Amino acid sequence: MSVTELEFQAQQVETAPEQAILGRSQWQLTWRRLLHDKMAVASFIVILIIALLAILAPVVAGLLGHGPYQAFSGKGLSADGLPVAPGTNGFILGTDYIGRDLLVRILYGARISLFVGLTTTAMATVAGVLVGLVAGYYGGWVDTVLARFIDAVLAFPFIVLALALAAIYGSSLLIVIGVITFFAWAGISRIVRGQTLSLKEKEYIEAARSLGAGPWRIMIIDILPNLMGPVLVLATLYIPTAIVVEATLSFLGIGIPAPTASWGVILSEAQQFYQVSWWYVVFPAAALLITTLAFNLLGDGIRDAMDPRTERLFAGSKRRKRRARKTAAAEPGALPPLTVSELGE
Amino acid sequence: MSETLPRDAAAGTIRDPDFEDDVLVRVDNLVKHFPVKAGGLISRTVGQVQAVDGVSLQIGRGQTVGLVGETGCGKSTLARCIAGLIPVTSGKVTFEGQDITNLSRRAMRPYRREIQMIFQDPYGSLNPRRRVGAIIGDPFTIHRTATGAERKKAVQELMERVGLNPEHYNRFPAEFSGGQRQRIGVARALALRPKLIICDEPVSALDVSIQAQVLNLLADLQADFGLSYLFIAHDLSVVQHVSSAVVVMYLGRVAEQGQKDQVYTSPRHPYSAALLSAAPAADPEAAAARHRIILTGDVPSPINPPSGCRFHPRCPKAQELCSQQDPALENKAGDPPTHLTACHFPVQADEDLARVGRREPR
Repeated sequence: MSVTELEFQAQQVETAPEQAILGRSQWQLTWRRLLHDKMAVASFIVILIIALLAILAPVVAGLLGHGPYQAFSGKGLSADGLPVAPGTNGFILGTDYIGRDLLVRILYGARISLFVGLTTTAMATVAGVLVGLVAGYYGGWVDTVLARFIDAVLAFPFIVLALALAAIYGSSLLIVIGVITFFAWAGISRIVRGQTLSLKEKEYIEAARSLGAGPWRIMIIDILPNLMGPVLVLATLYIPTAIVVEATLSFLGIGIPAPTASWGVILSEAQQFYQVSWWYVVFPAAALLITTLAFNLLGDGIRDAMDPRTERLFAGSKRRKRRARKTAAAEPGALPPLTVSELGE
Repeated sequence: MSETLPRDAAAGTIRDPDFEDDVLVRVDNLVKHFPVKAGGLISRTVGQVQAVDGVSLQIGRGQTVGLVGETGCGKSTLARCIAGLIPVTSGKVTFEGQDITNLSRRAMRPYRREIQMIFQDPYGSLNPRRRVGAIIGDPFTIHRTATGAERKKAVQELMERVGLNPEHYNRFPAEFSGGQRQRIGVARALALRPKLIICDEPVSALDVSIQAQVLNLLADLQADFGLSYLFIAHDLSVVQHVSSAVVVMYLGRVAEQGQKDQVYTSPRHPYSAALLSAAPAADPEAAAARHRIILTGDVPSPINPPSGCRFHPRCPKAQELCSQQDPALENKAGDPPTHLTACHFPVQADEDLARVGRREPR
């Protein structure tokens, strides 16, 4: 490249219209980094597939001709009265103990799991952010009361509360959602409160106050956007927790009542049959595992994308290890050099 | 600005009933103590940080009052009290004859438009998650003076006025340099056309070349809009450049105040003299000729300030009286009426404090 060409290019840069440079928001940057994280993208696709299957559960049931509650005592059970194996008599994943289609029940179970996971997390996030913001921003006795309440909730054994409520009112979906929400908001609140305590000391909060902004405007316009990162990560990681808690409560018989297809209910029923019918345990458990793993990995990916300095769990680790091994072999005894990613990208 | 005002020695302020109209803000005997709490769940007050302890001053229309002093002497606390950001323990802040001390947020609202602040840290004072247009547009939104396209136009005019490219409306603070960020802060403070802007060390975080640009911008805006400034700084040359009057603070009290030339050329308080002698001079000959007055010891704790004159443990001229009696802020013999000093033994014109033998702190 000649000097004149370089000069020409430099000139182009100088005279480029200013509008061409549009400020990229934190979200846009996060989104770009997230798209480069293969693990997160894969997890997201898996979650989309699970959600699609859950939505299409009635369609699948219609195609197979097996409803979630339809018991096929003839072709669905063996001569000994045991569940039939996968692929028998048109039951792709086999049947359960009264001859219901396991695939259809697992798909209907996905609806329950996703519904519980999303609604509880949404409600807990709203409540947690609200309480955390108010406690952190107002401080003083308001904070003392709310913070002690949060501690009390976190110290409370949730199984005991669920048992008590199920004993009094009988188990139901509503109680499951209520119990999970009640215990989930406190964790979010504590994080939000801590962040708010540090954010409210920033000079831009003082600037907003000097302009005459009220406390709610400051909390929502000035503090909340700075909290969205950690809250989003936390919420993504709460979804799988809620799904597992729902399955646990249902497994124990204090969650979703029996005929409803929930993964916890299916696993609970399968207890007596796992020695003869492996599919009865493996498929619902696998569904639970894949769903929670996908949400957890997506949450990790979002956290990494939000804060590029955090060490990544999977992305690029193989390449880095190989490089480190190579240099270590070349100079025996020498420490592998610090790579850029280890120093913080 | 060199108008001389008769003084009112009793109140310890420069004031003249005939010139009251020229006074924008008056601070009378302002006290701000922060309680020191101890204990966990049930806290009790174990002491008071006497951040500001009886300060009186006034700011004239179109005037720039420089406020100088060491770190921790209460400059910023005083500024926040005047701006109504923190409640005052006692004393009075008067704005255009109206008492605005400890007003509720709602009652303070109209005065927010008149009194604005520019902050020290150009990084901390702008919300990193919000676009510059939204930040500068905040005053319009909060006070409901302009919306939509009108607001955008007003914001872009402001950006142009403070020397920013209006096209950068949609950018984030992180995309600007320190000097540009401080201009954003100036634009935000200017939005509601205030009468007083409190500048809390507005240039101390900037490079020297950028400092000059921002100072010139502030001077231009003062000329255009008739602004008054309360200019807080610890850089004495900056204060000398911008101020018409100077107030020297030490440990929550005013040590000396007067017109700029009075304080700079003939400081009467030993603390002012020491402060001025320590300021770096750009001229090497002047730097070699000056006698630095070296103060020993640290600034005492404002929780437990020294008795009598608060400066006495570090003062080269301190005598028995200084530790017993608190000196009043008053006009000393031979000084112009606007020049006030709080000292029992003010520095004389021919005196070289650097040569005064140091006494043991009592």
